[in-house]
Amino acid sequence: MFYRENGQFKTSYFEDQRIFKVRQDRVAILAIVAVAVLLVPMLASDYLLRAVLIPFLVLSLAAIGLNILVGYCGQISLGTGAFMAVGAYAAWNLGVRIPETPLLLQILVGGACATAIGVLFGIPSLRVRGLYLAVSTLAAQFFLDWAFLRIPALTNHSTSGSVSVGTLSFFGLPVETATQKYLFCLGFVVVFALIAKNLVRSGTGRQWMAVRDMDIAAGVIGIRLAYAKLTAFAVSSFIVGVAGALWGFIHLGAWEPLAFSLDRSFQLLFMIIIGGLGSIAGSFFGAAFIVLLPIVLTNVPEFFGLPLSVDTAAHLEHVVFGALIVIFLIAEPHGLARLWSIGREKLRLWPFPH
Amino acid sequence: MGFFLETLFGGLMTGLLYALIGLGFVLIFKASGVFNFAQGAMVLVAALAMARFSGWAIELTGSLLFGNVIAFFMSVVFMIAVAIVIERFVLRHLVNQELTTLLMATLGITYVLDGLGQMVFGSSVYTIDVGMPKDPLFQFEGAFEGGVLLNPDDLIAAGVAATLVATLALLFQYTKVGRALRAVADDHQAAQSVGIPLGRIWVVVWAVAGIVALVAGIIWGSKLGVQFSLSTAALRALPVVILGGLTSVPGAIIGGLIIGVGEKLSEVYLGPFVGGGIEVWFAYVLALVFLLFRPEGLFGEKHIARV
Repeated sequence: MFYRENGQFKTSYFEDQRIFKVRQDRVAILAIVAVAVLLVPMLASDYLLRAVLIPFLVLSLAAIGLNILVGYCGQISLGTGAFMAVGAYAAWNLGVRIPETPLLLQILVGGACATAIGVLFGIPSLRVRGLYLAVSTLAAQFFLDWAFLRIPALTNHSTSGSVSVGTLSFFGLPVETATQKYLFCLGFVVVFALIAKNLVRSGTGRQWMAVRDMDIAAGVIGIRLAYAKLTAFAVSSFIVGVAGALWGFIHLGAWEPLAFSLDRSFQLLFMIIIGGLGSIAGSFFGAAFIVLLPIVLTNVPEFFGLPLSVDTAAHLEHVVFGALIVIFLIAEPHGLARLWSIGREKLRLWPFPH
Repeated sequence: MGFFLETLFGGLMTGLLYALIGLGFVLIFKASGVFNFAQGAMVLVAALAMARFSGWAIELTGSLLFGNVIAFFMSVVFMIAVAIVIERFVLRHLVNQELTTLLMATLGITYVLDGLGQMVFGSSVYTIDVGMPKDPLFQFEGAFEGGVLLNPDDLIAAGVAATLVATLALLFQYTKVGRALRAVADDHQAAQSVGIPLGRIWVVVWAVAGIVALVAGIIWGSKLGVQFSLSTAALRALPVVILGGLTSVPGAIIGGLIIGVGEKLSEVYLGPFVGGGIEVWFAYVLALVFLLFRPEGLFGEKHIARV
């Protein structure tokens, strides 16, 4: 009833090429962005912004990056955390060594450095595939973890790689309070989500999907496999690197290599699997799920007044988290994005049976 | 020279332990095509179970040997139960899913096992005392000055590992279950069509992997104490199976030895120049270099791509 596309005819090429072809989608997206920009900063508390919304935004950005690589190009990567670290440390280094660099440039340079490293570690993907590739991206994770811990030049000789950033400003505007930080991240996420959404339906994006579905067949019809795989690594690492820089600069403020450990890589992989492989919206769903789940899990026992020791609670959280993931994979292997598209089909007909 | 040999032996011993964990990966991957990330968690849970059971059993029986034997069998039963539960509640529902999905499912199992194991058995550091001699031995003292320092518990561990591998090889080669396992590994559908019960075979494989994890857990646990870090030992063993090939039992052993020796030698002779701690990534980079030349690992089955 509310979600029908009857009568929406495309009468120009512009309309035919739009990212969101259905009017209701456009309205919904604009409404969500408007709420996120206007309403949320007014209503949300400092805690909500700092502990939930900013991590959610940054992690969904990283998940979009990873989804391009895993969901669209089919190359499993377990080194996402390390690429985030490259982004964060590269941005930080630029800021420390040339203090007058603007924040935006620092973050983008962080992304560019992550791209270079990502392409470098993506080269094995030309030879190895599947699980062997997953493990060779682990090499990136462990090597870079070690590099930031042990090579003093990379962290300006700070002890054990722990660094911090000073006051931030964006073209003269301060990025200090929770609201300002939130809006800063939101800007990045909206821009990159649009770019990603646009990219995956372009020629490059269709090449990625062909490689994902069957790389031999893709090669046979004339897609350059090396080009397709390495561009996927490049674009993915760039977005992940930017997310890493945001995570360090905006969310953490001060960090050490441990912030970008293997756990982070797994967490991001969970996000895109639960959210939906090969779906930009899915990256947001997955990030929301993974960010909210621990918060819910810690609060539920309290809510029911169950006395749990900190230790038991932590273990129980682990168990429930793992079990939920398994249940999710069994119930809906295609992730939350699939649930959403099923719901959309239902909505098109509702309230009529046919 | 003596120091080099000592490092070499140390590397070989570590390598054998890696090979033990790698063996668990290979067994499950061969039989069900699942890359079992939970192998490390299984080692942890098995070691925790063994530590607690042996604590109770030794107290009850008053004898170290008898108590340990009872505890071992209790732990075996426990790991078989874990295998049955995993097959019944997870694997059965995920037949024919994509590789990534299965990988993630085993990651989920990892979380559950880690949490549950520590909730049930407690999360403090336990020791497993199976009565292995700890005094170092000096060998080859005649050959060069000072001789070579060897730990008898390392030697016993190596012996146990070798026996286990030999037993598994015999089991695979000469028993009915072993034949069925190899058939399933070759081709799921063909095996099913000649009447091999897939579900039961999976339980057997996971149980065997659980027992391998138990042995690995006992050896690691008696050397280093049973603690959470055991489950990360599996991550150290991953390059081993990649290097050796995911589908090859001998590959796991040889890969383990190469990685173990490479790790130790590089740490001792290369480490000081680059700031130390390179053990963490050396194995991975070594495996990566091997992969560039042999994409299926040293002994893995060659993957033939068809359109």
